[in-house]
Amino acid sequence: MELPVKGAAGYLRLHAMLVFAFLYLPIAVLVVYSFNGESVGGFPPHNWTLRWYSMLLDDDALLASVGNSLLVAAAAMAVSLLLGFPAALALDRASFPGKWAFRRLVLLPLILPGIITGLSLLMLFVTAGIKLSLLTIMLGHGTALISVATTEIFAGLQKLDRAQEEASLDLGASQWRTFWRITVPNLRLSIVGAGLLIFTLSMDEIAVSFFLIGRDNTLPLEIWSRLRRGITPEINAVSAAIFAFSLVMIVLWYRLRMRNATGESSYEIGS
Amino acid sequence: MNVYSRVYKLVVTIPPLAWVAIFLVAPYAFLFCFSFWSVQSQTIVHHWSLHNYLRLAGNPVYAQVLLRSMRIAGMVTILALALSFPLAYYLSFRAGARKELLFQLVIIPLWVSYLVRAYAWKTILGSDGVLNTLLQYTGLVTHPVAFLLYSPFAVVLTLTHIYTPFAFLPIYASLEHIPRSLVEASQDLGASGFRILRTVILPLALPGILAGATFAFVLSLGDFLAPLLLGGPGGVMISNVVVSLFGAAYDWPLGAAISLSMLALVVLLLMATERLEKKWSFR
Repeated sequence: MELPVKGAAGYLRLHAMLVFAFLYLPIAVLVVYSFNGESVGGFPPHNWTLRWYSMLLDDDALLASVGNSLLVAAAAMAVSLLLGFPAALALDRASFPGKWAFRRLVLLPLILPGIITGLSLLMLFVTAGIKLSLLTIMLGHGTALISVATTEIFAGLQKLDRAQEEASLDLGASQWRTFWRITVPNLRLSIVGAGLLIFTLSMDEIAVSFFLIGRDNTLPLEIWSRLRRGITPEINAVSAAIFAFSLVMIVLWYRLRMRNATGESSYEIGS
Repeated sequence: MNVYSRVYKLVVTIPPLAWVAIFLVAPYAFLFCFSFWSVQSQTIVHHWSLHNYLRLAGNPVYAQVLLRSMRIAGMVTILALALSFPLAYYLSFRAGARKELLFQLVIIPLWVSYLVRAYAWKTILGSDGVLNTLLQYTGLVTHPVAFLLYSPFAVVLTLTHIYTPFAFLPIYASLEHIPRSLVEASQDLGASGFRILRTVILPLALPGILAGATFAFVLSLGDFLAPLLLGGPGGVMISNVVVSLFGAAYDWPLGAAISLSMLALVVLLLMATERLEKKWSFR
C-alpha cells in the first residue's frame, strides 16, 4: 500500500515516535523510580534498591485494599456479565417499547464522567438508607460496566451464525438447550474478553468509588489517600507491580484470542 | 425471523430493564429531584424551587469555572486529536507488518491506572521532580522551574496523556474501514497525496474523529482527580466544585444542580454528534 502523502513519510514516523515517547515517559519514570533508593524525583536516580517492593509485602493496609479491589472487581464482573449478556440478547433479538432509550441508557455510563454516575448512585443509596460499603461500590461498578459487557457481547452476537441456532431448534433441541449448547459456546470469546476488560476497569476505577466508599478502601482509593499525604516510592512499587500483572493479563488474553482464531472448530469436535 | 419464543425474549429483557430502572434511571431521577431541593441547618429540605439554578446563574464564579473547564477540555481535545490522527494514519497506511504491534503499544498505557499516570506526571513536573532536577543536573537552569506543576498546564498535559489513546481508537477504526481501492483509484486518476488526504480519507474518517473528540472532551470536562492532584488553585474545574459541595460544604442540592447541568450538556453533545455522525458517515 502506497502512502498517499509521500513527502510526509519521514514526518509521520517522527510524529509516531514522539507520541509513543509521550505515552511511555510517565510509565518509564514510574518504574525506574520504584527502584530508586531515595525519594521520588531527583535526577539521576541512584542507590538502586528493592526496598519499596519488600515494604509492600509488609504493608497490611495496602494489601487489604488490594484484596478489597479484587473482591469488588470479581463482583462487578459477575453483575455486569449477568445483566449485560441478557441486555445484549434483548437488543439483538427482542423488540420492546423503549428499546431505543434502553440502548442509550445502558451505554451512557461508558461516556459519562464517573462523577455523575457516582453522585447519582450516592443519592439513591442515601435516600434508600443503604449504608456505604464495598457492596455499594460493587453495585456501582457493576451497573456502570454493564455498558462494556453489552457492547462486547452485542458485537459477538452480530458475528454469530444464526443458522446454527435455527438448525438446533429445527432438530428438536429446546430453546434452553440451544442457548447452552450453541449460543453460549459461540460467544465464549466475547464473554471472556468482556469479563477481563470489566475486571481491569473495575480494579482501576476511582471516580465512582470516590463517592460510594464506606469504611474499606479499594486500592485506587488507598493510593489516593496516600497521595494526599505525600509522595513515596512505595506507590511507584505497587503501581509497577500492578502494571506487570496487567501485562501478564494482556498476554494471556492475546494468546486466548490467537488460539481461538486458529482453532475455532475445537468446540464442534469436542462436543 | 421469529425463532425465539416469547418466554426467551421476556427472560432476556426483564432483568436488565429492571436493573437499569433501579440503578440508572432512579439515580438520575434523584439527581433531578435534589437539584430542586435545598439545605437548611444541615438537613435537606424537600421543598421545590429553582433556588439552586438561580444561585448558579447569579454568581459569576460558577460560569467562570465552567468556562475554564470547557477551555481545558477543549485544549485536551485538540491536542489529543493532533497527536492521535497522524499516529492512526501512520499505523493504518504506513506501518505495514508492525501495525499490530504498534497498535498494542498504543493500548498498553490504558492498562496503567489513571491515577497512577497522573501521579507519575506529578513526580515529573514537581519543583524537586524528575524534570526540574534533570534541568539543574544538565545546568540548563539554576533554580527549579515552578510553573510546571499546580497549573492548568499540568492538567492539560496529564489529561492529554490519558485521553490520547481514547481519541486514537475510533479514529484508527475508521481509517481501517476505508476501502484501500478508493485510495488507489484516486492515485491512478492522478490526485496528489494531499488531495487524497483532504477529499477521500479525511471525510471518511470524520465519524471516527468526531467520536474520538467526544470521548476526549466529555471525559476531561468531568474530571476532578487530575485538577486536585496537579491543578493548584488556577486549575480548579467544575467537578471539583461539585466534590467540595458534596464534602465539606455540604450543599448536595447545589452540587446536584451543577451535576444535572453537566449531564444535560453531555447528553446534548452526544445527541449532536450522533446527528453529525449519521450525516457524515459513508453510505
